[in-house]
Amino acid sequence: MKFGVVVFPGSNCDHDCYYALSQVVGVETTLLWHQERDLKNCDAVVLPGGFSYGDYLRTGAIARFSPIMDSIRQFAQAGGLVLGICNGFQILLESGLLPGALLPNRSGHFICRFVYLRVENNRTPFTSLFQLGEVLKIPIAHNQGNFFASSTDIRSFLDNRQVVFRYCDSRGEVTEVSNPNGSLESIAGLTNCEGNVMGMMPHPERSAEEILGSTDGKKVFQSIVKWWEEKEIARK
Amino acid sequence: MNFIGKVVVLLKEGVFDPQGVTIKNALHNLSFSQVSRVRTGKYFEVEFEADSESEAENQLKSMCQELLSNPVIEEYSFQVETE
Repeated sequence: MKFGVVVFPGSNCDHDCYYALSQVVGVETTLLWHQERDLKNCDAVVLPGGFSYGDYLRTGAIARFSPIMDSIRQFAQAGGLVLGICNGFQILLESGLLPGALLPNRSGHFICRFVYLRVENNRTPFTSLFQLGEVLKIPIAHNQGNFFASSTDIRSFLDNRQVVFRYCDSRGEVTEVSNPNGSLESIAGLTNCEGNVMGMMPHPERSAEEILGSTDGKKVFQSIVKWWEEKEIARK
Repeated sequence: MNFIGKVVVLLKEGVFDPQGVTIKNALHNLSFSQVSRVRTGKYFEVEFEADSESEAENQLKSMCQELLSNPVIEEYSFQVETE
Protein backbone atom coordinates (compact mmCIF):
# COMPACT_ATOMS: atom_id res chain seq x y z
CA MET A 1 0.00 0.00 0.00
CA LYS A 2 1.17 3.52 -0.77
CA PHE A 3 0.19 6.82 0.86
CA GLY A 4 0.51 10.29 -0.63
CA VAL A 5 0.74 13.42 1.53
CA VAL A 6 -0.16 16.60 -0.33
CA VAL A 7 2.05 19.65 0.17
CA PHE A 8 0.30 23.01 -0.32
CA PRO A 9 2.09 26.31 0.15
CA GLY A 10 1.58 26.87 3.88
CA SER A 11 1.07 23.22 4.86
CA ASN A 12 3.04 22.64 8.06
CA CYS A 13 2.03 19.15 9.17
CA ASP A 14 3.02 17.54 5.87
CA HIS A 15 6.35 16.21 7.14
CA ASP A 16 4.82 15.09 10.44
CA CYS A 17 2.30 13.00 8.47
CA TYR A 18 5.05 11.74 6.18
CA TYR A 19 7.13 10.73 9.22
CA ALA A 20 4.22 9.11 11.09
CA LEU A 21 3.24 7.07 8.03
CA SER A 22 6.65 6.10 6.69
CA GLN A 23 8.64 5.71 9.93
CA VAL A 24 6.11 4.94 12.67
CA VAL A 25 3.48 2.97 10.77
CA GLY A 26 6.09 1.78 8.25
CA VAL A 27 4.08 2.13 5.05
CA GLU A 28 5.39 3.45 1.73
CA THR A 29 4.68 7.18 1.57
CA THR A 30 5.41 9.95 -0.88
CA LEU A 31 4.91 13.72 -0.82
CA LEU A 32 2.67 15.14 -3.56
CA TRP A 33 3.26 18.77 -4.59
CA HIS A 34 0.00 20.66 -5.04
CA GLN A 35 0.90 21.80 -8.56
CA GLU A 36 1.11 18.19 -9.76
CA ARG A 37 -1.81 16.27 -11.19
CA ASP A 38 -0.26 12.82 -10.84
CA LEU A 39 -1.18 10.97 -7.64
CA LYS A 40 1.75 8.57 -8.30
CA ASN A 41 -0.40 5.44 -7.88
CA CYS A 42 -1.15 6.19 -4.26
CA ASP A 43 -3.86 4.11 -2.61
CA ALA A 44 -4.69 6.75 -0.01
CA VAL A 45 -4.17 10.51 0.06
CA VAL A 46 -3.70 12.68 3.16
CA LEU A 47 -4.38 16.42 3.12
CA PRO A 48 -2.30 17.64 6.06
CA GLY A 49 -2.78 20.49 8.52
CA GLY A 50 -1.33 23.94 8.30
CA PHE A 51 -2.28 27.25 6.78
CA SER A 52 -2.56 26.64 3.05
CA TYR A 53 -2.38 29.93 1.16
CA GLY A 54 -2.11 31.75 4.47
CA ASP A 55 -5.80 31.06 5.16
CA TYR A 56 -6.58 33.84 2.68
CA LEU A 57 -10.29 34.49 2.06
CA ARG A 58 -11.42 31.49 4.17
CA THR A 59 -9.47 28.50 5.48
CA GLY A 60 -9.02 26.04 2.63
CA ALA A 61 -10.81 28.27 0.12
CA ILE A 62 -7.87 28.79 -2.23
CA ALA A 63 -6.22 25.38 -1.90
CA ARG A 64 -9.24 23.82 -3.55
CA PHE A 65 -8.08 25.38 -6.85
CA SER A 66 -4.66 23.69 -6.78
CA PRO A 67 -4.24 21.38 -9.79
CA ILE A 68 -3.87 18.30 -7.59
CA MET A 69 -7.39 18.83 -6.21
CA ASP A 70 -8.89 17.90 -9.61
CA SER A 71 -7.09 14.56 -9.40
CA ILE A 72 -8.11 14.09 -5.77
CA ARG A 73 -11.75 14.79 -6.64
CA GLN A 74 -11.67 12.11 -9.36
CA PHE A 75 -9.81 9.75 -7.03
CA ALA A 76 -12.42 10.25 -4.29
CA GLN A 77 -15.33 9.85 -6.70
CA ALA A 78 -13.83 6.51 -7.79
CA GLY A 79 -13.77 5.36 -4.16
CA GLY A 80 -10.18 6.34 -3.30
CA LEU A 81 -9.37 6.92 0.38
CA VAL A 82 -8.87 10.55 1.34
CA LEU A 83 -8.10 11.78 4.87
CA GLY A 84 -8.11 15.52 5.62
CA ILE A 85 -6.57 16.60 8.92
CA CYS A 86 -7.28 20.07 10.36
CA ASN A 87 -6.59 22.42 7.42
CA GLY A 88 -7.01 19.34 5.22
CA PHE A 89 -10.55 18.96 6.64
CA GLN A 90 -11.18 22.64 5.87
CA ILE A 91 -9.99 22.09 2.28
CA LEU A 92 -12.28 19.06 1.84
CA LEU A 93 -15.26 21.16 3.00
CA GLU A 94 -14.43 24.06 0.70
CA SER A 95 -13.96 21.60 -2.18
CA GLY A 96 -17.38 20.11 -1.58
CA LEU A 97 -15.89 16.65 -0.97
CA LEU A 98 -17.40 16.82 2.52
CA PRO A 99 -20.54 18.67 3.62
CA GLY A 100 -20.66 21.53 6.13
CA ALA A 101 -18.27 24.29 7.18
CA LEU A 102 -15.86 25.17 9.98
CA LEU A 103 -16.33 28.44 11.86
CA PRO A 104 -13.93 30.24 14.21
CA ASN A 105 -13.80 28.60 17.65
CA ARG A 106 -16.61 29.67 19.97
CA SER A 107 -14.06 31.06 22.46
CA GLY A 108 -12.35 33.20 19.83
CA HIS A 109 -9.04 31.61 20.83
CA PHE A 110 -6.57 29.38 19.03
CA ILE A 111 -6.69 26.09 20.96
CA CYS A 112 -3.70 23.74 21.12
CA ARG A 113 -4.10 20.85 23.57
CA PHE A 114 -5.00 17.20 23.94
CA VAL A 115 -8.70 16.39 23.70
CA TYR A 116 -10.65 13.16 24.02
CA LEU A 117 -12.64 11.71 21.14
CA ARG A 118 -15.27 9.00 21.15
CA VAL A 119 -15.42 6.61 18.21
CA GLU A 120 -18.98 6.84 16.88
CA ASN A 121 -18.51 4.54 13.90
CA ASN A 122 -15.83 1.86 13.64
CA ARG A 123 -17.06 0.51 10.32
CA THR A 124 -15.08 3.02 8.27
CA PRO A 125 -11.66 2.61 6.62
CA PHE A 126 -10.30 5.17 9.12
CA THR A 127 -11.49 3.50 12.32
CA SER A 128 -11.40 -0.22 11.52
CA LEU A 129 -9.02 -0.98 14.42
CA PHE A 130 -11.09 0.79 17.09
CA GLN A 131 -13.95 -0.42 19.26
CA LEU A 132 -17.24 1.40 18.98
CA GLY A 133 -17.31 3.95 21.80
CA GLU A 134 -13.55 3.75 22.36
CA VAL A 135 -12.09 6.94 23.83
CA LEU A 136 -9.01 8.36 22.10
CA LYS A 137 -6.57 11.01 23.24
CA ILE A 138 -5.45 13.12 20.28
CA PRO A 139 -4.44 16.80 20.21
CA ILE A 140 -6.15 19.67 18.40
CA ALA A 141 -4.43 22.87 17.21
CA HIS A 142 -6.77 25.22 15.43
CA ASN A 143 -8.52 28.56 15.30
CA GLN A 144 -11.43 27.40 13.14
CA GLY A 145 -12.66 24.00 14.15
CA ASN A 146 -16.22 24.85 15.09
CA PHE A 147 -18.20 22.51 12.86
CA PHE A 148 -21.38 23.93 11.40
CA ALA A 149 -24.10 22.66 9.06
CA SER A 150 -27.84 23.15 8.79
CA SER A 151 -29.90 21.21 11.34
CA THR A 152 -31.33 19.07 8.52
CA ASP A 153 -27.82 18.19 7.35
CA ILE A 154 -26.66 17.41 10.90
CA ARG A 155 -29.63 15.06 11.30
CA SER A 156 -28.73 13.23 8.09
CA PHE A 157 -25.03 12.94 9.12
CA LEU A 158 -26.13 11.27 12.35
CA ASP A 159 -28.66 9.03 10.60
CA ASN A 160 -26.12 7.97 7.95
CA ARG A 161 -23.46 7.38 10.62
CA GLN A 162 -21.16 9.88 8.92
CA VAL A 163 -20.10 11.28 12.30
CA VAL A 164 -16.99 9.26 13.12
CA PHE A 165 -15.53 11.14 16.12
CA ARG A 166 -17.16 13.35 18.75
CA TYR A 167 -15.36 15.39 21.40
CA CYS A 168 -15.90 13.86 24.84
CA ASP A 169 -14.37 13.76 28.31
CA SER A 170 -11.89 11.14 29.55
CA ARG A 171 -14.80 8.82 30.45
CA GLY A 172 -16.34 9.09 27.00
CA GLU A 173 -19.18 11.42 28.02
CA VAL A 174 -20.11 13.99 25.37
CA THR A 175 -20.86 17.17 27.31
CA GLU A 176 -20.94 20.91 26.75
CA VAL A 177 -17.66 21.23 28.69
CA SER A 178 -15.93 18.53 26.64
CA ASN A 179 -16.65 20.42 23.42
CA PRO A 180 -13.55 22.57 22.90
CA ASN A 181 -14.66 24.75 20.00
CA GLY A 182 -18.45 24.86 19.84
CA SER A 183 -18.89 22.25 17.09
CA LEU A 184 -22.51 21.24 16.53
CA GLU A 185 -23.17 17.82 18.10
CA SER A 186 -19.49 17.94 19.22
CA ILE A 187 -18.49 16.72 15.77
CA ALA A 188 -14.72 16.22 15.50
CA GLY A 189 -14.58 13.93 12.46
CA LEU A 190 -16.96 13.29 9.58
CA THR A 191 -17.07 11.13 6.45
CA ASN A 192 -18.89 11.61 3.18
CA CYS A 193 -21.99 9.49 2.47
CA GLU A 194 -19.91 6.77 0.81
CA GLY A 195 -17.45 6.64 3.72
CA ASN A 196 -14.22 6.87 1.71
CA VAL A 197 -13.44 10.53 2.51
CA MET A 198 -12.94 11.65 6.11
CA GLY A 199 -12.09 14.99 7.66
CA MET A 200 -11.03 15.44 11.28
CA MET A 201 -9.81 18.44 13.25
CA PRO A 202 -7.58 16.51 15.75
CA HIS A 203 -4.07 15.57 14.61
CA PRO A 204 -3.42 11.80 14.57
CA GLU A 205 0.15 12.39 13.36
CA ARG A 206 0.85 14.26 16.60
CA SER A 207 -0.21 11.31 18.72
CA ALA A 208 1.54 8.46 16.94
CA GLU A 209 4.35 7.70 19.42
CA GLU A 210 4.67 7.25 23.20
CA ILE A 211 7.06 10.19 23.40
CA LEU A 212 4.27 12.45 22.13
CA GLY A 213 1.93 11.42 24.95
CA SER A 214 -0.40 9.12 23.03
CA THR A 215 -0.33 6.52 20.31
CA ASP A 216 -4.05 6.65 19.51
CA GLY A 217 -3.44 8.62 16.33
CA LYS A 218 -1.21 5.89 14.96
CA LYS A 219 -4.21 3.56 14.96
CA VAL A 220 -6.10 5.87 12.60
CA PHE A 221 -3.36 5.35 9.99
CA GLN A 222 -3.06 1.65 10.81
CA SER A 223 -6.84 1.31 10.39
CA ILE A 224 -6.53 2.59 6.83
CA VAL A 225 -3.74 0.08 6.11
CA LYS A 226 -5.71 -2.82 7.62
CA TRP A 227 -8.88 -1.89 5.73
CA TRP A 228 -6.98 -1.58 2.46
CA GLU A 229 -5.11 -4.87 2.92
CA GLU A 230 -8.31 -6.76 3.71
CA LYS A 231 -9.94 -5.31 0.63
CA GLU A 232 -6.96 -6.35 -1.48
CA ILE A 233 -7.11 -9.91 -0.16
CA ALA A 234 -10.85 -10.05 -0.92
CA ARG A 235 -10.22 -8.68 -4.39
CA LYS A 236 -7.63 -11.36 -5.14
CA MET B 1 -17.30 48.55 -20.27
CA ASN B 2 -15.34 48.63 -17.02
CA PHE B 3 -17.15 47.95 -13.79
CA ILE B 4 -16.36 47.94 -10.10
CA GLY B 5 -18.25 45.39 -8.07
CA LYS B 6 -18.54 46.22 -4.38
CA VAL B 7 -19.27 43.06 -2.40
CA VAL B 8 -20.08 42.64 1.29
CA VAL B 9 -20.00 39.14 2.80
CA LEU B 10 -21.47 38.57 6.27
CA LEU B 11 -22.08 35.48 8.36
CA LYS B 12 -25.69 34.36 8.05
CA GLU B 13 -28.15 35.19 10.79
CA GLY B 14 -27.88 32.48 13.40
CA VAL B 15 -24.22 31.68 12.69
CA PHE B 16 -22.16 32.62 15.74
CA ASP B 17 -19.69 35.44 15.08
CA PRO B 18 -17.05 35.42 17.86
CA GLN B 19 -15.17 38.38 16.34
CA GLY B 20 -18.34 40.46 16.36
CA VAL B 21 -19.00 39.60 20.02
CA THR B 22 -15.40 40.40 20.99
CA ILE B 23 -15.54 43.76 19.19
CA LYS B 24 -18.89 44.57 20.80
CA ASN B 25 -17.38 43.87 24.23
CA ALA B 26 -14.39 46.09 23.41
CA LEU B 27 -16.76 48.91 22.41
CA HIS B 28 -18.53 48.46 25.74
CA ASN B 29 -15.15 48.76 27.47
CA LEU B 30 -14.68 52.07 25.62
CA SER B 31 -18.00 53.09 27.21
CA PHE B 32 -20.04 52.79 24.00
CA SER B 33 -22.59 50.94 26.08
CA GLN B 34 -25.33 51.74 23.56
CA VAL B 35 -23.88 49.13 21.14
CA SER B 36 -26.17 46.10 21.08
CA ARG B 37 -24.57 44.07 18.30
CA VAL B 38 -21.57 44.02 15.94
CA ARG B 39 -21.45 41.82 12.84
CA THR B 40 -18.11 41.29 11.15
CA GLY B 41 -17.61 40.38 7.53
CA LYS B 42 -15.54 40.99 4.43
CA TYR B 43 -15.57 43.72 1.82
CA PHE B 44 -14.26 43.26 -1.74
CA GLU B 45 -13.86 45.63 -4.68
CA VAL B 46 -13.66 43.69 -7.93
CA GLU B 47 -12.70 45.51 -11.12
CA PHE B 48 -13.74 43.77 -14.31
CA GLU B 49 -15.08 44.15 -17.84
CA ALA B 50 -18.56 43.23 -19.05
CA ASP B 51 -20.78 44.09 -22.01
CA SER B 52 -23.58 45.57 -19.95
CA GLU B 53 -24.61 46.30 -16.40
CA SER B 54 -26.89 43.28 -16.23
CA GLU B 55 -24.10 41.09 -17.57
CA ALA B 56 -21.77 42.58 -14.93
CA GLU B 57 -24.29 41.77 -12.20
CA ASN B 58 -24.61 38.19 -13.42
CA GLN B 59 -20.84 37.75 -13.46
CA LEU B 60 -20.45 39.21 -9.99
CA LYS B 61 -23.22 37.01 -8.64
CA SER B 62 -21.36 33.94 -9.93
CA MET B 63 -18.13 35.16 -8.32
CA CYS B 64 -19.95 35.56 -5.00
CA GLN B 65 -21.53 32.13 -5.19
CA GLU B 66 -18.47 30.25 -6.40
CA LEU B 67 -15.69 31.85 -4.39
CA LEU B 68 -16.22 35.09 -2.47
CA SER B 69 -18.75 33.59 -0.06
CA ASN B 70 -19.33 30.14 1.41
CA PRO B 71 -23.09 29.56 1.09
CA VAL B 72 -23.12 27.19 4.08
CA ILE B 73 -22.29 29.98 6.54
CA GLU B 74 -22.27 33.32 4.69
CA GLU B 75 -24.56 35.65 2.78
CA TYR B 76 -23.51 38.30 0.30
CA SER B 77 -24.78 41.56 -1.14
CA PHE B 78 -23.24 43.71 -3.85
CA GLN B 79 -23.58 46.73 -6.04
CA VAL B 80 -22.08 47.28 -9.46
CA GLU B 81 -20.74 50.67 -10.50
CA THR B 82 -19.31 51.83 -13.81
CA GLU B 83 -15.71 52.94 -13.57
